[in-house]
Amino acid sequence: MSAVAAVGTDVLRVEDLRVYYRTDRGPVKAVDGISFSLRQGERFGLAGESGSGKSTTALAIMRLIQPPGRIEGGSIHLGERDLTQLSEEQFRQVRLADIALIPQGAMNSLNPVRRVRDHFFDSIRAHERGTTDLAIRERINELLRMVGLREETANLYPHELSGGMKQRVCIALGIALQPKVIIADEPTSALDVVVQRHVMQTLSAVQHRLEASVILVGHDMGLLAQFVDRLGVMYAGKLVEVGPVREIFREPLHPYTQLLIASLPSLQEKGIFRGVPGLPPSLLDPPTGCLFHPRCPHAMDRCTTEIPELQEVRPDHWVACHLY
Amino acid sequence: MSAFVELQNVTQVFGNPKKEHTVALDDFSFSISETVPSFTAVVGESGSGKTTLARILLGFQFPTIGTVRYRGTDIHKFSARERQTFRREIQAVFQDPFEVYNPFYKVDHLLTVPIARFHLAKSRTEARALMETALRTVGLRPEETLGRYPHQLSGGQRQRVTVARALLLKPRLIVADEPVSMVDASLRATILESLDTLRRDFGISFLYITHDLTTAYQVSDNIIVLYRGSVAETGDVEQVIKDPQHPYTQLLVSSIPLPDPDRRWGEDVVAAGQSEATAGEQKGCKFANRCPYVMPMCRESAPPLYRTSAHRAVACYLYRDAGEALDGDIAQTFRMSVAATTGGA
Repeated sequence: MSAVAAVGTDVLRVEDLRVYYRTDRGPVKAVDGISFSLRQGERFGLAGESGSGKSTTALAIMRLIQPPGRIEGGSIHLGERDLTQLSEEQFRQVRLADIALIPQGAMNSLNPVRRVRDHFFDSIRAHERGTTDLAIRERINELLRMVGLREETANLYPHELSGGMKQRVCIALGIALQPKVIIADEPTSALDVVVQRHVMQTLSAVQHRLEASVILVGHDMGLLAQFVDRLGVMYAGKLVEVGPVREIFREPLHPYTQLLIASLPSLQEKGIFRGVPGLPPSLLDPPTGCLFHPRCPHAMDRCTTEIPELQEVRPDHWVACHLY
Repeated sequence: MSAFVELQNVTQVFGNPKKEHTVALDDFSFSISETVPSFTAVVGESGSGKTTLARILLGFQFPTIGTVRYRGTDIHKFSARERQTFRREIQAVFQDPFEVYNPFYKVDHLLTVPIARFHLAKSRTEARALMETALRTVGLRPEETLGRYPHQLSGGQRQRVTVARALLLKPRLIVADEPVSMVDASLRATILESLDTLRRDFGISFLYITHDLTTAYQVSDNIIVLYRGSVAETGDVEQVIKDPQHPYTQLLVSSIPLPDPDRRWGEDVVAAGQSEATAGEQKGCKFANRCPYVMPMCRESAPPLYRTSAHRAVACYLYRDAGEALDGDIAQTFRMSVAATTGGA
């Protein structure tokens, strides 16, 4: 009873999603009206700096937003079901089985006093009461092999694993119930480059095998360039640009994306530093109009008053900027 | 020799040498020049000994074997006065700009303490002027920074305040351990640029410890690639990154996620498959188990650093005919920056 029925080719549709954190000084609009879709078999990247709302978006899709945060509005359709409208019990059945999260900082997401095997038992048992122990054990072995770990890893405690191994255990846990949508939130942020590459290649292999779709959330533009098909760039809670990853890197349209890509250190030229001038806005007291206008080299009068809408300026390439 | 700091055959062992133990740094000899300010990157994966090296240089840790000299004096044998100068001249910038602050104090605290400890100012006005200058040097506006609490600043701002603090003391060497790894990409460039400016304008040397090869390439003149406590390759950063010779450096460089969708990682996961290689001691080259070019001799004894060119040395038997074995200080291979001004802040 998979909830994932094909609606066109979109497996997941986020529409006008708003997540606010209530504070004494007013709402912090962490995610403010973003819309995007995830297509069948696709890898979609959500890029942004700290505080841009990319992780909040991932957590909102998994319905893991904690008070004082709250999904204020919008919809998240997985197939024909709106995840925001499901009861807690209904959503519990969807989580992991249809849509799974590979969390940021695998270091802290495993229970230190339980063996790797127990984590799998818990996850699988929560969804399948009838499966025998033997069947689950076999499945754990297969899952561990899929992510390039030895079967004996199941007997270990988290502290006996290296960072890369923990992250692979988290991937294996995430795919235990063969979800159709995998959300990976900075899955390699604490790892060395060689291990990072291996973990990403593992994720890639697993995705092919399950024919799943992946949302990769991250701030490492290099990693996103390596992995995703389409990219959405977030700034201060809004999506400012969405398009095919090659096009965005070759010819970014939004001034923020342009500066962000230009600021990336390369191996081509040495000693050239181009930061993005200024600082991200306070979400408690955001600027009027376009949120990027105080830092934008192309700001016009209109930008200070009117919030630009995300619009399709080229086939499949969307941008929220008055220049276009 | 005019070495400012000198490490001679330094080995650091953790644990009981007779039982299970880790050699965090293995027979490491290196010096930082007194006269020419240098920017040296130290790269390697976790457990390669990068941070151990930083701790030894900062005098937080005395090595198991070998000597550390500061201006010719063994740091074990410091007088109180020498220790005070050492503490002032070598400063640290750490990875996490959140942890160095006490959340209950305003950020000013971080700057006023060293001023008081090292008697840098005679009056409050003078202290204030020092703080303001230091903040401006790292690109912060004093009026927007002083009087604030740590949580009111962004990660990038906080990290720049820690650089400003180091700067107050007019150090000769700043040891920066992953200073930008917790800072957003758009601010990284600005912080690295301010480090580069300090080198140029104040003649401060830097030891930049990182696992990010791209920024290492951007800011440094010379690089030391560590693998499990030993130097795999060292020398001119341009040569080492553009044309890596050691199989480990090659693996590192090919694993950099380039921000270019047209140049993706190859599917060749060569030695990466064994990236969780077994710990524990082994004879010979430490990279042998992961090396695609491993030869019988690699398992016999560890290769010395072969000097394959004037500004590079590689610890790999593939290059045993390419140059003489390097003896002692690896800084012999370094290319000294011509752009840098003569030191002295």
